[in-house]
Amino acid sequence: MATAAASSTAPLSNAFLPRLGPNGGAKSTRSLQWAKNQRQRSSPRRFGAAVITAKFELKPPPYPLNALEPHMSQNTLSFHWGKHHRGYVDNLNKQIAGTELESKSLEDIIIQTYNKGDLLPPFNNAAQIWNHDFFWESMKPGGGGKPSGELLKLIERDFGSFEKLCEELRSAAATQFGSGWAWLAFNPRPSDGKELLVVKSPNAVNPLVLGYIPILTIDVWEHAYYLDFQNRRPDYISIFLEKLVSWEGVGAKLAVAKSQAA
Amino acid sequence: MGSFSLHASCLAQPKLPWSNDCSQNLNSLKLPALQQRGPNFGSRKASKVLAFYGLKSPPYELDALEPYMSKRLMETHWGEHHHGYVEGLNKQLEKNDILYGYTLDELVKVTYNNGNPLPEFNNAAQVWNHDFFWESMQPGGGGMPELGLLQQIEKDFGSFTNFKEKFIEAALSLFGSGWVWLVLKRREKRLEVVKTSNAVNPIVWDDIPLISLDTWEHAYYQDYKNDRGKYVNAFMNHLVSWHVATVRIIRAEAFVNLGEPKIPVA
Repeated sequence: MATAAASSTAPLSNAFLPRLGPNGGAKSTRSLQWAKNQRQRSSPRRFGAAVITAKFELKPPPYPLNALEPHMSQNTLSFHWGKHHRGYVDNLNKQIAGTELESKSLEDIIIQTYNKGDLLPPFNNAAQIWNHDFFWESMKPGGGGKPSGELLKLIERDFGSFEKLCEELRSAAATQFGSGWAWLAFNPRPSDGKELLVVKSPNAVNPLVLGYIPILTIDVWEHAYYLDFQNRRPDYISIFLEKLVSWEGVGAKLAVAKSQAA
Repeated sequence: MGSFSLHASCLAQPKLPWSNDCSQNLNSLKLPALQQRGPNFGSRKASKVLAFYGLKSPPYELDALEPYMSKRLMETHWGEHHHGYVEGLNKQLEKNDILYGYTLDELVKVTYNNGNPLPEFNNAAQVWNHDFFWESMQPGGGGMPELGLLQQIEKDFGSFTNFKEKFIEAALSLFGSGWVWLVLKRREKRLEVVKTSNAVNPIVWDDIPLISLDTWEHAYYQDYKNDRGKYVNAFMNHLVSWHVATVRIIRAEAFVNLGEPKIPVA
């Protein structure tokens, strides 16, 4: 599949890279497979009788590393994405090499290694990869403002008002003791009729393991804000909500969640 | 550091079914000595007590651990985080007069509540943990322990090198926020390396810590960023105070019979 095309069109490999990360244009055929694998990681592909297994790759944020300045510095992004997120990817690849997890999607690995709370070793790395991919997508340059449309309607229905939602998000993010995440999630089977809820989780845990569909997250591990805010986590949370959060992204994820649940 | 003695009577009580109404259950613990100390114990005024626990300074200047732990990091770690836990704890205690009159050790154990922690636990334990951590380090630290402590380490780990490897491995594999400890296990009467998450510490299990390493990211991020390995090595080679660890194990011998061979104290 990818290999046949790449070997004869080496100079074209750069054209297939969707965006340049800090590594610039990679020159190997690996990069060709990378672009395709990113989109197809949700299910193992079959080519003939062989299952394609490939290592997980580090997905860059959907904007350059300096795009969130001055609210989240390039320095922070270069460590947070370039070292922490990259570390989780490298470590997971090492852990699953040669195991049956190698051919599974990231979500499948997360659910399987969550093991009903009795975490297996790959869980932390797998979940952290997922969480960070999701975190970068929860933000955008020029973010903040208010949601609109269907998302705003649901927020007002389930929280009373947008301000109440923000209060709950702030509180969850500020009170998650130690390392963790705060989420806005969609519950496909709510017992109380409320489809949207705010959830906080420790370390690498995320609402997928509870059967919810996350639509927004904020990383409250100290490495997410220490370089820019030191211990001032509440200030970081405020800046996130006022200047970084991508409500369009959240709305898009809500639409996907609703269609999956239907 | 505070004493390691236990109020054995209060911990020997059967596990209480803690409900939201903690006051009822705490009063049923027979703690006459503590109950007699009202909220104004030690104060000449009849007015409300304004502060319960203080922010203890490290036993050295904030720049004394340079270049392995910078003054800037100490100012944030001690002046903001540790200070924040003290203020947070005092604010919580203003609203809860059942928890008056405890020493910090006692407060940590009571609020741990046999594994179902009360809201005050995180702050109380983090105050205790940071007091203990500053004292576990010294300028010109590192190196090796001597005499009795070294003998005990060699007895329980095989060699100092083996202990050091285990300690470093624990620090590197601890996921999330937490602490790594060299601990004297009271019942097993041996030294072990223990990892704990968030605010938990070995005194809640009745064990006696000798040294600790803070692996919360705030403990090293300003100096080492994500390079926890470099931080841990700097701690082992240049900061850890074997002198303090020795003092602690000597004191522990009053409570734990380490048996043969007798640990000589020079």
